[in-house]
Order: sequence, then structure tokens, then C-alpha cells
Amino acid sequence: MTDARATMLDRILSAVGGDERTVATAVYAGIPRTYIRAGTLDAEARLHLLLERLRDYDTHVVETSAASLPQAIASILLEHREKNVIAADGLPAEMLPRDFAFISERSASLDDLNTCDGIVTTCSVAVAFTGSIVLTHGPGEGARRLSLVPDRHLCVVRADQVVETVPEAFSRIAVHATRPITFISGPSATADIEMTRIRGVHGPRFLDVVLVR
Amino acid sequence: MTVRVGEADQAPSFQKAALPLLEDAQLRKNVRHATDVITYKRGIVVGETPDWQQLRTAGSAIKAHTLRYLNEYLVQFEKACTAAGGHVHWASDADEANRIIVGLVQQYGGNEVIKIKTMTSEEIGLNEALEREGIRAHETDLAEVIVQLGGDKSSHIVAPAIHKNRSQVRQIFRERMNLPDLTDDPEELTAAARRYLREKFLRVPIGICGANFLVANNGSVCIVESEGNGRMCLTLPKVLISIAGIEKTIPRFEDLEVFLQLLPRSATGERMNPYNSVWTGVREGDGPQHFHVVLLDNGRTGILADAEARQTLQCIRCGACLNTCPVYRQTGGHAYGSSYSGPIGAIVTPQLLQMREAQSLPYASSLCGACYEVCPVKINIPEVLIHLRGRVVREKKSALDPEALAMKTAAMIFTSRRRFEAAQRLGRIGQWPLVSHGWFRNLPGMLGNWTRVRDLRELPEQTFRAWWKERAKNGGPIEPSTPLRSARKIAQDTGHD
Repeated sequence: MTDARATMLDRILSAVGGDERTVATAVYAGIPRTYIRAGTLDAEARLHLLLERLRDYDTHVVETSAASLPQAIASILLEHREKNVIAADGLPAEMLPRDFAFISERSASLDDLNTCDGIVTTCSVAVAFTGSIVLTHGPGEGARRLSLVPDRHLCVVRADQVVETVPEAFSRIAVHATRPITFISGPSATADIEMTRIRGVHGPRFLDVVLVR
Repeated sequence: MTVRVGEADQAPSFQKAALPLLEDAQLRKNVRHATDVITYKRGIVVGETPDWQQLRTAGSAIKAHTLRYLNEYLVQFEKACTAAGGHVHWASDADEANRIIVGLVQQYGGNEVIKIKTMTSEEIGLNEALEREGIRAHETDLAEVIVQLGGDKSSHIVAPAIHKNRSQVRQIFRERMNLPDLTDDPEELTAAARRYLREKFLRVPIGICGANFLVANNGSVCIVESEGNGRMCLTLPKVLISIAGIEKTIPRFEDLEVFLQLLPRSATGERMNPYNSVWTGVREGDGPQHFHVVLLDNGRTGILADAEARQTLQCIRCGACLNTCPVYRQTGGHAYGSSYSGPIGAIVTPQLLQMREAQSLPYASSLCGACYEVCPVKINIPEVLIHLRGRVVREKKSALDPEALAMKTAAMIFTSRRRFEAAQRLGRIGQWPLVSHGWFRNLPGMLGNWTRVRDLRELPEQTFRAWWKERAKNGGPIEPSTPLRSARKIAQDTGHD
């Protein structure tokens, strides 16, 4: 093992004609980055773009206010007759409808995830340009398997979490860069049969985003 | 060191392998349909990205920079990944990588693994190596399931089953999943795969994956996918093993902001594919608690050493060059005899094999340049193809090689006006037994290789040079008499208008 390491590093060094003293950092700063970093849309247009692009990839979207958020969540779950719903650990209690019994993530086994009707999480940031929500799996966002195994994922997005561009999303999550990170853009999908997009392969088949503004 | 790229070292030449595939009308229809759809979708999402060219420039520059300082970045990756609880292994060739991975699976006491699609594992023949030790490898990507259950081979780096249509998929699933009533509705086929795999995801304790990007500064790995089978393999098993070519490295976390824009739009024509996962070592209470990365050379450092071909290693495996290639679109991927097909395969495979095998691949191109146009990291594939053709010719070395001899003679003729004009005169006189209705169709001997796939016009009765001289002699512009007349005659004779 050690041998392969030394051999490979030696081969690389002689291939690039470098020596041990060259330092990449100084040169890295000179990489041309003229692509768009900051968005230019105003807040309203940014939210509009997010909603449009979420819908474009089969995400069901509801807009609501902070005060009526529990009501909005309840009506989505009732509409689909979802009973066994798991709430991510650390999800703010005031978000959830009080007359609805949620299972806590902590107490849920893998089997519970497999048989439950859905789950509720928050997110870290949402990207309007690509129609993506980004989880860094901190409090309220659940462990990775929570938003994966169940069939319905309901994600609460606050308006101030919405950015326009991908680079803006990366600067927002930079502080959590070493946590697990999941970009979710629509329900799971495949185009492996004749390039026909089919929704719902192994991840959740239904993705609901509740935008709180 | 023994480099292996699937079974590419034993594959017949591209030109030979392509012939039966060109007769397969169903396959050609499937490939054409799928590549048309994906090219169309890509066009739309690239068109709506105003800074696409700037992103390409940045992506290309980041990759070129990383390759130049690859030793530094790999060591950085190793350090950060280890600090985060991961284990980093180095493998100089396919056999060594297989030994490491088989050893790890045995160490954790498994006889079954679940796998996310990884081209690198196909390159090193990992499934076969696992099977030899009695370990079953379950592919979980829908297309890979189709290929694995059908006893088939992948024909596209992003959509391995692109050569199969829905009714062929139904046939495979009916037989291998024991579902006699299955229809050919893609939704039903997909649902069948979901049921078939769910039990395995929940049960099998070891996952194997590739890597789209290795992030050097944090020691993170990034995987881009659509179905969620990837997330299942990355999250549910107790043990996760990632096999990654050393060229997958990028310097910093924030560089992902470039590649996560370039890759999905190029690969599947989506603004963002449904799932991107980034993880760093192990995290208590979330995901596998044992994580290993195997860094693979297998010929890559050889490519790195060739300054003119080094850009080959910038590839992010999006497959856009396959979908746009007029050659790939006719033959599909199997003609390339390697896990890497299409234009990028034509430069990757022979180079990994140190130009000793797969020498026909650099010729599997019309050099039209469409691949370069669409490449998200600006790999100038035509330039590399020509460079590799040069290496193939030099590899042959012998001055008595008929092709080398012919080229040498041609060079001698083309460098002298006198010799060139003499050759033209000679050709005009000598061509008559070979020409039929104005065209060469079957040249004799080795020249027949040329006319087997193309027709050549006969030499005209009057050359441009002769016409030009005549024009000067007559003191001004004149009607191009003979060449035009003979061109018209040819058109009438053959219907080539």
C-alpha cells in the first residue's frame, strides 16, 4: 500500500515536471472566474423563479405565511391521508400542526422509515436558478436516510433562505462544508429507458415544498 | 504494472466491431432516438445559462490546474479525509485496486455488496474480481440493472442501457425478476426495479461507489445521480468503499459551484440532477461508520506525462461528446470495445493502455469537432485524436510498413511542383481501368481499405492548374470548360447532384 502511494506520487511528479517545492495555492488564485456569482433578481422575482423551477421538475409547491405554516402542513398531509409522519429531530415545534401526532426521528427505525407515509424537514438554502433545495443535515433537516427512504418528503423553505445562483448557495453552506450535504432537485427520477423522465425511482416519489414568506 | 481497461485489450478493432452493429437496425434506432432527446434537452438548459462559456472556461482551468499540482492535491485529500475518519488507499493498477477492495469486503465479513454505477469499477473489472471470491455484486442504477440482468455490456458512460428500448427491457425483467405480466410502460418497469432493489438496500451492509469529485481541501467526495439508488448505497450500509481515478480531484469545496452547473446540464440536460451528495469521512449517527477511498492510477499518470494529451484527464464523464458524435450515433458504444466509448473513449482507452492496444480507436472519428464544442471542460478531443494518430504511426516504427512508405512517397510528391504535376498526368492516364461512371469504387490491394467505406471521384480531364495556365494564355477569364463539363457528366451518370 505504502509502495503504491510512493510510486504514484513519484510518477505524477515526473509527469508534470514539477518539484516538491511548487505550491498550488498561489496559482489557484489566478484561475479565471468570470461566471455569474451574485444574482440580479429582486426578492419577488427570485421567489417566483424558484417556484416555477420547482414545479418544472414535479415538485408540489405551496406558499404560506409563518402564522399559517402549521395549517399548510396539516392540509398537505390530510389531502394525501398521510398518518404515520416522521418529523426531523430539531424541527421547531411551532412549525407543526398541534392536532397531528408526529413520530420523532430519534425513535424511528429503518423499518419505520420504510413503512411511514412521509417526513417533514427544513433546509439550509434553496437555489432559484436550478430549482433545488439543499440540506446540510443539521437540526431540523434530519439524517440523510430520513429524506431518502420514505415516499413523501415535505420540506419547509423560508423566503430568506432562497438565493438565486448556485455560487450564492455555496457561500451560504460553506460553514457546513464538512457536514453531509444533499442537493435535492425534484423527486427521484430516471431517464434510463428511452430517455423518458420517470418520477420516483428509489428516493421519495413525492416532494412538497412549503415556502414561508 | 499491468493496466487493464475492461476487456479492451482483447477487443477487435473499431472498424471491424462496428460492421455488425451497423446492420442492427433496432440498436441504431434506439441509440439515435435517445441521443436526439438528450441533445435537444441539453441545448435548452445550456441556452438558458447566460454564463455557460465562462463556466466552461473556469471548469477547464480548474481541472488543468489540479492536474498540474495533482501530487499536492492528492496528499491534501488524503490528509483531510483521514482526519475526518476515512481511510485512503492507493492502487497503481486494476489488479491492485481489486485486491484492496476484495480484501476490505472480506475483512468486514460480507459476501454481497450493493453498487452505484461506477465506470471506474467497470474499467478495473471489479464485479468479476468480487465474483471470483464468491462475493455477489448487485448493481442498483436502473440502466446497470438492465445491463447486469441482461448479461449485456454498458454502451454509454451516463446511460449504459441506451441501446435497449422499453420492450427489450421488459423482456429482461420478465425473465430475470420473474414478472410474467409486466408491460412495457417505462413507469411500470421502473416500479419493478424499485421493488426488486428496495429489499437489498435495506439489508446489504456494504456499499461500493465511484466518485464524481474528490474535494482536496476537505477530503470530501461528491456523487451526482438521479434515482436515489446512489443515496441508498451511500447512506444505508455500514461500510462504504469508493473507487476513484486520481484525476477526479478538485482543489476546494467551492469549486463544486462550477462543476455542479456544468455536469448536470451536459449529462442529462437537467438544470440540476435530482440528487447530489457530498460527504466527508464518517459522521456519527448518520450514514456508514466505515469509509474507504481507493485512489486509482491504472495508466492515468502515463496520460499526465504526455503534455499534448494531458487534457484527456480533465473529463468529468458527462457523455455529451457521445450524444453529439456522428460516429457514436451510428454505431453505439459497443464498437469501442471498452467501458469508455464515444469520442472521449477513443482518446481515453488507448492512452490508458499505453497506446499498445486499442490503436484503431483514434481513427473512429471524422474529426468534425462537435465533441469539442459541447465539452463542458473544453477538452479539444480532435486535437488529441490527431496527436494519438501520430503516436500510433510512430509506434509502428518500421520504415517498411506499407502505410508509412505510402505517406513518405506522398510527401515526396507533394513537396515538388514538377513531381506533383507528373503524378497528376500519370494518374489521369493510369486511372481508366479502376474508374466506373466517374467514380473509384473499389481500389485494389491495401487501397481498398479506403474505398470500402467511401467513393472517390476520378481525376478530371483538366486540372485546376492546367485551366489556370490556359486562362492566362488566353488573356483573361474564360469558362471553365473541361472540369465543369466532366463534373456535370459525373452528376448525370451517378445521380450525385
